[in-house]
Amino acid sequence: MRYIETELIKEKVQETLVKINFEFDEGYIKVLENAFMREEAALGKEVLKDLLENAKIALNEKIPICQDTGMVNVYIELGQDVTLKGRPLHEAVNEAVKGAYKENYLRPSIVEDPISRKNTGDNTPAIIHFELVSGEKVTIFILAKGGGSEQICHVGMLSPHQGIEGVKEFVLSVVKEAGPNPCPPVILGVGIGGNFDYVAYLAKKALLRSWGERHPDPFYADIELELISRINELGLGPGGLGGKFYVLDVRVATYPTHIAQLPVAVAFNCNAFRIGKIEI
Amino acid sequence: MAHYDLRVPFVEKGIVEALKAGDKISLTGTIYTARDAAHKRIKQELEEGSFHYFPLTGAVIYYCGPTPAPPGRVIGSAGPTTSYRMDPYVSLLVQHGVKGFIGKGKRSQEVKEVLKTHGGVYLIATGGAGALLSTRILSAKVIAYPDLGPEAIFEFYVKDFPVIVGIDTHGNDIYEIGPSMWLNTLQKNPLNPSER
Ligand code: SF4
Repeated sequence: MRYIETELIKEKVQETLVKINFEFDEGYIKVLENAFMREEAALGKEVLKDLLENAKIALNEKIPICQDTGMVNVYIELGQDVTLKGRPLHEAVNEAVKGAYKENYLRPSIVEDPISRKNTGDNTPAIIHFELVSGEKVTIFILAKGGGSEQICHVGMLSPHQGIEGVKEFVLSVVKEAGPNPCPPVILGVGIGGNFDYVAYLAKKALLRSWGERHPDPFYADIELELISRINELGLGPGGLGGKFYVLDVRVATYPTHIAQLPVAVAFNCNAFRIGKIEI
Repeated sequence: MAHYDLRVPFVEKGIVEALKAGDKISLTGTIYTARDAAHKRIKQELEEGSFHYFPLTGAVIYYCGPTPAPPGRVIGSAGPTTSYRMDPYVSLLVQHGVKGFIGKGKRSQEVKEVLKTHGGVYLIATGGAGALLSTRILSAKVIAYPDLGPEAIFEFYVKDFPVIVGIDTHGNDIYEIGPSMWLNTLQKNPLNPSER
């Protein structure tokens, strides 16, 4: 049994939120640089150049990478041999969001009611997912995710007979519809299986995977690569202005499903890929 | 695809009509931000005849909700938001004299028609480049609806603010032209597999 103070979690979450709003991780910068070097379409290349310059300015002058500093998505994998002490974990996380956003001039983008739409003023609440895992570690993934790329995420309840071809067609049709709106180049998470709500969770969580990591099943690893090529062959390019790089990675996550179902979800993340990982 | 340095608001006659989808423009002058909530209020006030916050003739509206200005800066991150949510308001604004809209993402067929009929232009700023764009904003002040926070109307004085022409007054759309030009190039010179 290990005791962890939720105050410690609060501090780490707050620190991470501040960092990711101003600084991309190195792996992602490399991916962007590589795309910039290889892009051949003039307007598309210009977009990638802007994004690299933007990243430098954000870091050096401490201006947020994007003005949409996002809704905070938190994925907590809690070791079941951990006992938490202090205030409730969700409260600690929301306190971290409040601190990070208010103290660092990040934009409050959350309204307290979807219809009456009054801004909460401190970007709370976050969307928090808890998952129990074995062991005595806590792993927290954080995604500060903008509205533009969230707004065009899709769930499709396909029929089992549509199979993998149906899944690919669904992903391609969602991408065509999205076009320039989610600020490409994008990273795509694709969930396949589970049920209506779980498939969206799978797709979103797939976004958190590391660069270069493929689905453990070679069948799905190949689907990931095929989707990357087929999406980029649409020619939409950076910014949707034409070119080679619309998507930088496709990450598939799968789960068993019901005999009558084939759920598919497509989660977009925009070029402002603000992602953090905390291990305690 | 040409490159122009232009002053805003667009007061000179014929200037908007001369622009072509894909042209690069550096804007210098005054622009006004407005996004979802501000548009709702502008519409209401225009219909009531009480709108008075800035002159609409020749104006350029920027779909943007910036991050707050930290001490020592005029504004925080200030890139474009997705434009389609403001599609229903374009017709009304253009009829009141607005000449340009800066945003990112696709517009409706109706917007294209309105821009064609009344002479207006849709300009695209790089989505996700809010820090970079912020450095081109030399002054900023809230001139209406301060209660809306980031959705208030800001008056920005910009210098060399980089945009490209998205939809011109002839109905051309760079989101259609750009990708199809690239696909044509590819047809003539296919990439070898290692280059994909
Ligand atoms: S989609 Fe992403 S990059 Fe584009 S404006 Fe929203 S947060 Fe910024």
